[in-house]
Amino acid sequence: MRPLTVFAIFSAAVWAGDTDTFLLRNVDVYAVVNASIKDGAILVVDGKIAEIGSKIVPSKGLRIIDGKGLRAYPGMIDSGTELGLAEVSDVRATVDTAELGVFMPQLRALVAVNAESEHFPVARANGITSVLTFPSSNGNARPGGERQIISGQAALIHMDGWTWEELAVNRSAALHLIFPSLPANQASGYAEAKRVYDRELQQIDDFFDQARRYRIAKVGGAPGFKTDLKMEAMLPVLEGKLPVAISAAREQAIRDAIQFAGRQQVRMVLLHPREWGKTAPELKARNIPVILGPTLDLPLNEDDAYDSSFTLPAEAFRAGLKIAFGTFDNEFVRNLPYNAATAVAYGLPYEEALKAVTINAAEIWGVRDQIGSIEKGKLADLMLTTGDPLETQTEVRMLFIKGKQVDLTNRHTRLYQKYLNRP
Amino acid sequence: MKRLLSIAALCLAARLGAQTILIRNATVLTVSKGSLKGSVLVRDGKIAEVGEQIQAPAGTDVIDARGGFVMPGIIDCHTHIAVDGNVNESSVSVSSMVNIKDVIDPEDINIYRAVAGGVTTANVLHGSSNAVGGQTVVVKLRWGRSAGEMIFAGATPGLKFALGENPKRSGSPVGNAAARYPATRMGIEDTIRDAFIEAKAYKAEWDAYNAAVSNGEHRMPPRKDLKLESLKEVLEGKRYVHAHSYRADEILMLLRVADEYGFKIRTLQHALEGYKVAKEIAAHGAGVSTFSDWWSYKVEAFDAIPFNAAILQNKGVLVSLHSDDAELMRHLNTEAAKVMKYGGLSETDALAMITLNPAKQLGIDNRVGSIEPGKDADLVIYDKHPLSNYAKVQKVLIDGTIYFDRDTEVNAQPLRAAEKQKLLDKEKTPK
Repeated sequence: MRPLTVFAIFSAAVWAGDTDTFLLRNVDVYAVVNASIKDGAILVVDGKIAEIGSKIVPSKGLRIIDGKGLRAYPGMIDSGTELGLAEVSDVRATVDTAELGVFMPQLRALVAVNAESEHFPVARANGITSVLTFPSSNGNARPGGERQIISGQAALIHMDGWTWEELAVNRSAALHLIFPSLPANQASGYAEAKRVYDRELQQIDDFFDQARRYRIAKVGGAPGFKTDLKMEAMLPVLEGKLPVAISAAREQAIRDAIQFAGRQQVRMVLLHPREWGKTAPELKARNIPVILGPTLDLPLNEDDAYDSSFTLPAEAFRAGLKIAFGTFDNEFVRNLPYNAATAVAYGLPYEEALKAVTINAAEIWGVRDQIGSIEKGKLADLMLTTGDPLETQTEVRMLFIKGKQVDLTNRHTRLYQKYLNRP
Repeated sequence: MKRLLSIAALCLAARLGAQTILIRNATVLTVSKGSLKGSVLVRDGKIAEVGEQIQAPAGTDVIDARGGFVMPGIIDCHTHIAVDGNVNESSVSVSSMVNIKDVIDPEDINIYRAVAGGVTTANVLHGSSNAVGGQTVVVKLRWGRSAGEMIFAGATPGLKFALGENPKRSGSPVGNAAARYPATRMGIEDTIRDAFIEAKAYKAEWDAYNAAVSNGEHRMPPRKDLKLESLKEVLEGKRYVHAHSYRADEILMLLRVADEYGFKIRTLQHALEGYKVAKEIAAHGAGVSTFSDWWSYKVEAFDAIPFNAAILQNKGVLVSLHSDDAELMRHLNTEAAKVMKYGGLSETDALAMITLNPAKQLGIDNRVGSIEPGKDADLVIYDKHPLSNYAKVQKVLIDGTIYFDRDTEVNAQPLRAAEKQKLLDKEKTPK
């Protein structure tokens, strides 16, 4: 019986046509923001959701897709990846995540995204329809390079398209700032580590102050004004149009990052915190959204509770924070929903976990009106599943990006088929 | 402080007392004989009875599983936790004289974390920097006991081999390190063959000596060679070979070398391209211990597919899922669920890959790996089905002793946090 199921996955992946107008019916609609509809229908016109209802009468000749036995969810969003920028993490020639230079706001992840990366079809086979791709999402410097502070601009991209231009949902979704860290154990002694830390904090403020002066000179038409790409890249940040995604793991760095964002009056998104300490109320008070790293992670410190990574999302929820999830490892983007599920096991309400991989991410990255839920007027980024998408055993049977049905085969399914048939 | 002490006392009591335990109100996933709603009776560290209705004898400690699930303790066929310091003796290409057993660190916090993830037994391996690596040891994760008490008595010891990029990399040194042979997959084959030529000669010397002694002759014994001793044990089938491998070519190479020199590969570790040579692996009789879905982190992992375990199993290979990672080790149950998603294996197949199959691979399936009367009472109690991402480990027993109890743990967390804060405050107070 089982091999038949497998066959069904592959046959469903065959192109059902290149049209982006169709009626999906006999499907349970899990819209995320509104109530679910049992045995409902979704009308997609020109790649956008035109109507959702319990019964929609198709116009003559309209392509009909039968979703019998399946559930429709919005496609999932991974808020922390390097997809398209790195192929084989161990081979430098295939890795374009971290440039040289400490303050590099002008670098744009989008232009280095390889639309043909094998990672895209692998991730989308499990229902991921868009991701944030960051220059140096983990803050790792290029081998031999200095540790970066501003690594560039992250892009929000779709998981299907011929070029990076076609992939782009939000060409510049955030400026990535890797906050200096004060490690728990300093080989050089605390005093020296603190001195370096304070100096780097000062450098960040200096850089932002410099950008502010540049802006004044530019707006005021100062004599001898010269265009500077780094400074130009800072303008949308200073004008509040572009958020600063700040990577900070430990309590002290998080606290200092919050103060920095307040001082410089920039919109902050906190990236990949590993502990809250006493920072959660402050994050809440300033409406700073949080991108959580993998729930399936070891505790940060040796003496932390064994489940401290598992309970981190629930603690954020209880503090009233807006959260989304990122995997922060290209290899595991497809496992994004399982991190959300583990958070549920350890106290995060299920509805919040689902939002954290869909609508919350869309909201945080400024595309609430386009993706993240099944709502009229939004792009038809849809996944059709056999059940709860946060459970491993659930299969994704069909996937649509901007209303276009996407191939669910990938490097892995192709090799599987090939060697299944080895005599 | 007093409360902390009483908790410690409670833990100790749980360990020392209770010769008979009844786990009731559970779905029992036996792995070897299906599942049933009922109870498991534990006596003197062994499983005494499994059934729908078991009357608790007087004086029995009763654990109410609250409608949850009981499964055999998880067995991880590949880990490097609990090793004191570096796992690699990388100065030589053949390091079969060193033994991980000598450097077990019983205080590694990852032991407790793994137990909290349902793991009760683990194969602790030497690293992968040498074609022929160090000796390996099977442990039970008896957290709180000494290194010696963690050793799984009676388990067949192993020897690590490594193929491909890792042992090769040692030949392409970084910085000032000296180059070391081998630097290619060709050189790795040569290194292993060379070692076994030496080992066979060594074995022949000892065999001749032993034969002479049993004939009543008095001879000088040959000189003991610790490097060759473990290889001799491999030739005699007294020590298992666990071979780190990725690509199909190197897997095939090792199987042929083993055939040539007359020994067996017990398990291929990782074997991410094992699916390409599944029938050759099955014919040799090697098991495979692999990741559920790791790929793309290096070139030799670029053809890795999550269907690997399913293809291998369907072609007759004994497959287990391992962690090789302190984090992954904590959720091998949900890793197992992936073989259902990728390749359509059954629930029992999935559970066997983290229990009974690794037990067979390590030659300890007479003791652990399934819930059967007579086997060690190594049991995990979950609140939900262990193949669900929503399941949490509630209790873990090893030899009938509770080594993890989520209720006790959660209750102790605020006390520990307060104790830590007190120490920090004391540290900050000027002297």
